[in-house]
Amino acid sequence: MQLDKKLIGHTFKPFTTTVEAGKIRLFCKAIGEEDSIYTDEAAAKAAGYRGITAPPTFLRALQADDPNKGGLLRLLNVDIGLILHGEQHFEYFAPVVVGDEVTCQEKVVDIYDKKGGALWFVVQEMEMKDKAGKLLAKGKGVTVVRNPDAAKK
Amino acid sequence: MATATAPKFDSIKVGDQLKSLVLPPVSRHQLALYCGGSGDHNPIHVDLDFAKKFGFKDVFAHGMLSMAFLGRLVTSWVPQKQVRGLGTRFTSITWVGDVITVSGKVTGKREANGEKLVDLEVKCTNQNGQDTLQGSATVALA
Repeated sequence: MQLDKKLIGHTFKPFTTTVEAGKIRLFCKAIGEEDSIYTDEAAAKAAGYRGITAPPTFLRALQADDPNKGGLLRLLNVDIGLILHGEQHFEYFAPVVVGDEVTCQEKVVDIYDKKGGALWFVVQEMEMKDKAGKLLAKGKGVTVVRNPDAAKK
Repeated sequence: MATATAPKFDSIKVGDQLKSLVLPPVSRHQLALYCGGSGDHNPIHVDLDFAKKFGFKDVFAHGMLSMAFLGRLVTSWVPQKQVRGLGTRFTSITWVGDVITVSGKVTGKREANGEKLVDLEVKCTNQNGQDTLQGSATVALA
């Protein structure tokens, strides 16, 4: 298996999603987060937020709302069982709250291998903007692909 | 639970430790909830048959579940609206049953873009003392 470095620079189709209270509630249950700004609008407003707030790493869950989800794996022609998450970074410019319509766009910015091609690394950058086009957050993720051919050697 | 009240920039020193979070053991139920809650439906985290087919002894936690623990640590220290950045490397796999401790310390203080910023080292460590996530965060303080 070898990944095609020509895919560096590939830009995925942007999509827009609405931030939902129920999704944040389930996310918080899963991670054990109990702060009421994530579940109670009055508490969030009292704490100075516009509304129920998306936790810092919930942005990745918003990325999963992509109607063309799985686009990276299809682009790379890689099985989902071979990937691991290598790195994730976020920069935050403004809080994201329930009801916000956010537009996400991702692109591939680097592809490289290590250990003689046993592991491949795909670096993606993401921008998240509000309805007015204002930047809310930037993300950068590294997906690690385990080369199944290397395991056979 | 109440929202965090931010410490003051001047009261913070490099080397200050955040109060650690010691989490309950990671359970299969938690991974199922996170599968649904995060929209990351990769079966490797919830389907034992699938995980074994791809060479793993068991299912294992989503990296982003542990990164959410880093987020919890930081927002337990300052309100989320003061968080400017959060990043991590996923350095080893978190297995079902692992007991994760989330810790952080101040590594720097600086001013940028008209804000007083504090840089933190944040990490997740398992019950064997092995780091599973090695990350960093930046927060703005008054």
